Amino acid sequence: MNAKLHNFFLNTLCLAVGVLLSLGFWSLLSATVAKDLPTPAATWEVAKPYILEPFAKRGEQDQGILRLVGYSLALVAKGYAIALIVGTPIGFLLGLSKGFARVFDPIVQVLRPVSPLAWLPLGMVLFLGTGRQALENGALFTIAICAMWPTVLNTAVGVRAIPQDYLNVGRVLKLSRVKMLFKIMVPATLPYMFTGFRLSLGIAWLVIVAAEMLTGRTGVGSFLWNEYNNANYGNIIFSILTIGFIGFILDRLMSVAESRFKTA
Amino acid sequence: MSFLELRHVTKSFGGAPVRHDVNLSLIEGEFVAIVGYSGQGKTTLMSMIAGLVKPDSGEILLQGKPVEGPGPDRGLVFQNYSLLPWLTVEENISLAVEAVFPGQSAAERAAHVAKYIAMVKLSHAADRLPRQLSGGMRQRVSVARTLAMDPRILLLDEPLSALDALTRANLQDEISEIWQRDKKTVVLITNSVDEALLLADRVVPLTLGPGATLGAPVTIDLPRPRDRTALNHEPEFKRLRAQITETLLGYGAKARQTVSRKLILH
Repeated sequence: MNAKLHNFFLNTLCLAVGVLLSLGFWSLLSATVAKDLPTPAATWEVAKPYILEPFAKRGEQDQGILRLVGYSLALVAKGYAIALIVGTPIGFLLGLSKGFARVFDPIVQVLRPVSPLAWLPLGMVLFLGTGRQALENGALFTIAICAMWPTVLNTAVGVRAIPQDYLNVGRVLKLSRVKMLFKIMVPATLPYMFTGFRLSLGIAWLVIVAAEMLTGRTGVGSFLWNEYNNANYGNIIFSILTIGFIGFILDRLMSVAESRFKTA
Repeated sequence: MSFLELRHVTKSFGGAPVRHDVNLSLIEGEFVAIVGYSGQGKTTLMSMIAGLVKPDSGEILLQGKPVEGPGPDRGLVFQNYSLLPWLTVEENISLAVEAVFPGQSAAERAAHVAKYIAMVKLSHAADRLPRQLSGGMRQRVSVARTLAMDPRILLLDEPLSALDALTRANLQDEISEIWQRDKKTVVLITNSVDEALLLADRVVPLTLGPGATLGAPVTIDLPRPRDRTALNHEPEFKRLRAQITETLLGYGAKARQTVSRKLILH
């Protein structure tokens, strides 16, 4: 218990040192070479109304930071859900069937490195018919397609890595195809799937910022862009920190979930 | 009629046959041990009886019917336990029981599972995951899972070779006890002559490869129950052990083989 407490204090101390050093470096930069960079104090001044009233709604773009984050997270959740629902079965097919992998793996490899910024216009074109919803649907499409790949690839790797012994157990028991899938293959692949899910969530969060900047849909991304246009440069930094912090929390949550499903 | 019969079974991987012209016949209730070195295709032989691997030629008959594929009537205890790591002891066994006896009610199934967990003395660990168990406990779960399926024949593929000597001795006694109670037909594959002599009615040594086949079977008529410490002083036990060891080492076979074998032994 004493060692634990000691560790906690050490960690906190190290964190404080890191933050202070970074703030010092930031102040130094804005005082010397980068005169246009707002100082930490100036950043705090402009960001204060958004932090102190995190759920305020003063106008379309002028809202508390957590409210803005909430809008972004809601869209991310939808796009991410689509990515998992579509990506997991594709990953399974790629892992299970050599033929399917031969046909589609090259296509996956070509589509995977495409930037979200390139997908977004296509998404908006695809959903032109949905009128006012086109921007939102286009953003959803972009999140889903960009976030899908880590899930697809990790699931495929996981399926290929299922130990032959587990499959032999299923064969000896003469399990039906459905039971084989849900009692043996899915649980055996879960650790890999969760690694994919975690990476996918990271990407979904990256994409949302870009998508909101381009579409102007209310959220952290468009807030950042608007504040640039409004010359409130402090809020650019504030947005960056917020985005980073939320991304970090999402990643932590997912790795907790991931470790829960670790077997063996 | 023999219970399990292997006729001219041959299997090769690429080049030379791993198992060549294997013939073996078991009567019901018999405990046969196949003894040989590692890398001689013992596991391949077992996989063929289990139906996981098809022989290149020859046939395997169980109660007169050819073995076409894997099935729960041949209870295979895997060398590496093969427990599903995300299921508890109870769930691992329950999965097998559910597959083999789909008609049971939930209560019947629970009782059935509990009975076999108790048989291998693991009732206290029923809710644990395999990674929370020692190697010996895992192998006992694996044995319980196989017994719970009530197979017509038990296939034990070096079930104890990954365990330390003491755990191994304990489990040998448990297997012996269970066999004497159930009188199931058993094929045990092992690399230990002593283990074979302790447990089996008949020991079949594997001759040296390539093109390895089964040597002449040796009948073990030592009285049961066999006590491992007393056995060591029994003249008949010593004679049988010498006989089997000689067959395994290939004395009287090609001189070249004798020489290479000696080199390995020293």
